[in-house]
Amino acid sequence: MKRWYKERFASTALIVGFFLVWELACVAFGISEIVLPRPSQIIVTLFDRWPALVPHTVQTLYTTLVGFALGVGIGVVIGMIIGSSRVAYDVAFPLLVGLSSIPKVAVVPIFVLWFGAGTVPAVLTAMVISIFPVVVNVATGLATTEPELEDVLRTLRASRTDILVNVGLPRAMPYFFASLKVAVTLAFVGSVIAETVAGNRGIGNMMLIASANFNVPLTFAGLFILAAMGIGLYLVFAAIEKRVTGWANRKAELAMG
Amino acid sequence: MTEALQRTALHAPPPATAPEASVARPLIRIEDVSLTYGRGERKVQALSRTSLDVPNGDFVALVGPSGCGKSTILKIVAQLLSPSEGHVFVAGREIGAVDIRIGMAFQNPTLLPWLSIRDNVMLPLKISQPFRSDWRRKKNGEYRDRADALLAKVGLGGFAGHYPWQLSGGMQQRASLCRALVHEPTLLLLDEPFGALDQFTREELWDVLQALWMEQKPTVLLVTHDLRESAYLANRIVVMSARPGRIIVDETVDYQRPRSIETTFRSDFVELNHRLRSLIFEARAAGSGAIPAGVAA
Ligand SMILES: Nc1ncnc2c1ncn2[C@@H]1O[C@H](COP(=O)(O)OP(=O)(O)O)[C@@H](O)[C@H]1O
Ligand SMILES: [Mg+2]
Repeated sequence: MKRWYKERFASTALIVGFFLVWELACVAFGISEIVLPRPSQIIVTLFDRWPALVPHTVQTLYTTLVGFALGVGIGVVIGMIIGSSRVAYDVAFPLLVGLSSIPKVAVVPIFVLWFGAGTVPAVLTAMVISIFPVVVNVATGLATTEPELEDVLRTLRASRTDILVNVGLPRAMPYFFASLKVAVTLAFVGSVIAETVAGNRGIGNMMLIASANFNVPLTFAGLFILAAMGIGLYLVFAAIEKRVTGWANRKAELAMG
Repeated sequence: MTEALQRTALHAPPPATAPEASVARPLIRIEDVSLTYGRGERKVQALSRTSLDVPNGDFVALVGPSGCGKSTILKIVAQLLSPSEGHVFVAGREIGAVDIRIGMAFQNPTLLPWLSIRDNVMLPLKISQPFRSDWRRKKNGEYRDRADALLAKVGLGGFAGHYPWQLSGGMQQRASLCRALVHEPTLLLLDEPFGALDQFTREELWDVLQALWMEQKPTVLLVTHDLRESAYLANRIVVMSARPGRIIVDETVDYQRPRSIETTFRSDFVELNHRLRSLIFEARAAGSGAIPAGVAA
């Protein structure tokens, strides 16, 4: 318990220290705000321009979450199909790894070509980018289910659906939630890049315009907003994960308690 | 009507003239079953024309050198595997044609880590008929009470709400026994269920199992490599040869029940163990040409 508090304190101190060093370095070396604004300047800008920033923030959050939700839905279905049998898993895995190593942002121009600039490419990019971690994890969780656990059900004359519902899915849950944390962060990357390349709204677009106008503090304010949203969503999914799949992390929990 | 007649026939004292006819119709008949794992280079013949009858209500222990196909037999009977050749009959009909309730426990407790001990024990009631139809209605009442009562019997009264990882290996194995018995199976298949436990826990669980068996009277097929265990628990000990496993000895054990640890110190008990031990030793020696010593050990 004591150690846990110490670690918490240390990481908070590190974050505060990071911004302090940044601030002091800017002052000490006389770095111009056109190159690197001080954190205090960025925060002031953030408050000053807040009313104008809200619609962009909402837009980015919206495209990210819609794309993420679609991606997770599709990813779960594909993951269940691939994970349903060891053979399907072994056959499909190389293709999966190959596809997921393509930089997904490369599809943005294609989406713009098909759907024009705006919200749709951002949603679709977020979707495409968040499908893969979910597919890989759900499939792995299902395919690596211990055959002994399935045998327990099979001696009871359980159907394939029974086994999936009672063993496969619960067993894949920790993998699924771990992938959500990754996917939601990636979805942000996707939608912001799409907004930057071909958006007319959103934080990415706002940052592009601000930097074109050499409004560097505003550009950095956008970055701060993105960081805050990313961390916030990560924490939400980490909290859900902990609640739902506590059984898989029992050792860590024991160590903390 | 016919059923009533058959039943009286089952319980009638054996007529001295026709011992063959007096044998109760076996619940399980394994007939010339062979099974080969894998194919090509990596082919392993686990069973070769093995036959075994298990009468209804009997308690049979299956012992033999490791790797001789004991688990394979259990898996075939549980329909987790189908034989490459031969037939298996359950209650007189080809396996698969009749649905009998089966309870099974393995060497590892194989409890589902995301379920509480109680929910683990209730799993058969959730999955198998006829309990399944009433699952929604009874899971918080009758079924729950049944699981709790069984857990209390094996000394896990206070642990129904715990999760498997909060229990020791021996406690998990008790829970796994409860799961195997909660749906009052006709056939209980036990694959070295106490193999991973220390001797004291093991002997304690022998008594737990004996008491549960005397209460429910399921037909039991117990795989073990512990000769004392087989002699303590079973009505019949079947010894298998080294791979491919065949039955080489079939020995009746008729000590009175309930047996206790005292029984294991009796001279005839010790003598039986000695005899079985030397038989298995011979079986291993005979098979040593076919399998490397490391596998047989
Ligand atoms: N899934 C499998 N694939 C290939 N070989 C197997 C498999 N399961 C068991 N075997 C082999 O079949 C033989 C019998 O196995 P088993 O029935 O588990 O023996 P035991 O009597 O120890 O329970 C062993 O030699 C084992 O190596
Ligand atoms: Mg075995």
